[in-house]
Amino acid sequence: MSESTDVADFGSNRFVRALLSASTYLLGFIFFFPVLWMVLNGFKTEDQANGTPVFFFQPTLDQFRLVTESIPGRSSFGEVIINSFVIVLVSTMIAMILAVPAAFALSIRPVTKWRDVLFFFISTKFLPVVAGILPVYIIAREFELLNTRWSLIIMYTALNLPLAVWMLRSFFQEVPSELIEAARIDGASLRSQLTSIVLPIVAPGLAATGLLCFIFAWNEFFLSLQLNTSDAQTASVWVTGFESQREDFIAKLSAASTLVVLPVVVAGWVAQKRMIRGLAMGAIK
Amino acid sequence: MQVEEQTSSDAASMARSDAVKKMEKREAWSRRIPLLPALVFVILITQIPFILSIFYSLTEWTVNPPRPRTFEGFENYTFAFGDRFFREAAWVTAKMTFWAVFLSVLFGLGMAILLDRKFRGVGFVRTLVLTPFLVMPVVASLVWKTQMFDASFGMINWFTGQLGLEPFEFVSKQPLWSVIGVLVWQWTPFMMLILLAGLQSQSTSVLEAARVDGATKWGIFRQITLPHLRNYIELCALLGTIYLIQVFDHIVGLTGGVSSTINLPFFVFRTSIGGGWRFGEASAYSILVVIVTIIFATFGLRVLSGLLEGEDAA
Repeated sequence: MSESTDVADFGSNRFVRALLSASTYLLGFIFFFPVLWMVLNGFKTEDQANGTPVFFFQPTLDQFRLVTESIPGRSSFGEVIINSFVIVLVSTMIAMILAVPAAFALSIRPVTKWRDVLFFFISTKFLPVVAGILPVYIIAREFELLNTRWSLIIMYTALNLPLAVWMLRSFFQEVPSELIEAARIDGASLRSQLTSIVLPIVAPGLAATGLLCFIFAWNEFFLSLQLNTSDAQTASVWVTGFESQREDFIAKLSAASTLVVLPVVVAGWVAQKRMIRGLAMGAIK
Repeated sequence: MQVEEQTSSDAASMARSDAVKKMEKREAWSRRIPLLPALVFVILITQIPFILSIFYSLTEWTVNPPRPRTFEGFENYTFAFGDRFFREAAWVTAKMTFWAVFLSVLFGLGMAILLDRKFRGVGFVRTLVLTPFLVMPVVASLVWKTQMFDASFGMINWFTGQLGLEPFEFVSKQPLWSVIGVLVWQWTPFMMLILLAGLQSQSTSVLEAARVDGATKWGIFRQITLPHLRNYIELCALLGTIYLIQVFDHIVGLTGGVSSTINLPFFVFRTSIGGGWRFGEASAYSILVVIVTIIFATFGLRVLSGLLEGEDAA
């Protein structure tokens, strides 16, 4: 994101420039506002949150305390966060371990029909998850995987694998073939070619890909709702439990939402530039 | 793989060519092996459920009230084709996906152009715009429903109220557009990032040359930037469609499945484990959904293969 091509500077006029910048700030703020408002509501009392909007108030941590307390018969925040982290990290790791060699075989040392294989991977992303949930549920029940972390680990790996292969391939594409060729002529084994040349170049790409897998798995709701309702509940299902018909819930829901959204938002902020390079740049070389 | 035709009748060269063939075979397999774990995994997890679904779809299988599963051929399919609600769900899917993708690409392009400038704090603003994409879809839907759209406590109605407008029940009056609204809010940042990468990958020398030749800003944008962005816009549309055709969480979170927001995934869900418990029928629906999606996908992949053209030359 270094070069700016200034397409929008239609007026070279200083005033027009300032106006454009100001409207960009305003739009950015509008986009961010719902998130900001959610966080603010988490620090209010239920009375303040369920009423005409108040902008200035005495912040309280009561809601955060309430939602992280353990309630009998309900998964606690601690359990849920650990479940989510274990499921998401393990599935991301497996997806990466499977995707790295696959991406390698589709780019640096390609199989003859690499294009067909790549299309096959992507085409599985078109299969609606909902359409397959019934057999998945039945198989999971057969293998006694319902309400365990493993059911989701396996499913999230399958969901993210095509994307991971796709992104990693585009990063591998960027490794200059002359470098690998030179190493090969020098007698470097395949493994040392990989570890000494390819990996250092694609390391940022690996991180970005892993992160995107992490985001999609962390935010997944449907499978988690179907396969893990009682034990091994994840954050996305847990947070919906705060919507209530009987009492005011906006402040509690906001506090819980803030907690479960935080890991992914922070990770995304940190890695935004790399994430996008992997999705866009390499894909259109 | 593609071993050359051997025409020579010379025995020695035959033997040699066998050795060459063997080597080429080994070479081909050594190329294939790294691919296999991922390929086998994806085939197992995605294709087995698919095949089972085909089998289920040919049966009459209702779990609630429980009845024995009976084989009945294509009856579920004939029923599905005549089902008005199924057709409606297909139409909702088409509308929802089209408008959400179209609007988020459009707004994403606008934001990308605004952010492709040098001004103080541009990185900060980009981070603000990016955030909605990172928010869990279920959370986004619940927050919008209770804190943005709501007629009495919602911020939008508070704001329009300051302007003297009557409060409006967005979710109950315009359920489909409420869902599309939240989808656009979440996906605009994603499109913006891809298009921003596109804008910044333009060669500055071409732009400079055009400027020197006296091209206007608008002319440069229309004749150089837009054609350059075409690939990126296609990629946006493709990735957007892949993810948005499957929208489920937003519908649950926002409307809970009001009829005008029931898309195909939600429809299949409701027929089967979401309350209908008619597994045979639901499986037939899912197979039809898969077929329709594959038709769209082939179209999408054609676009994609356009993106991959010419890579062989590299």
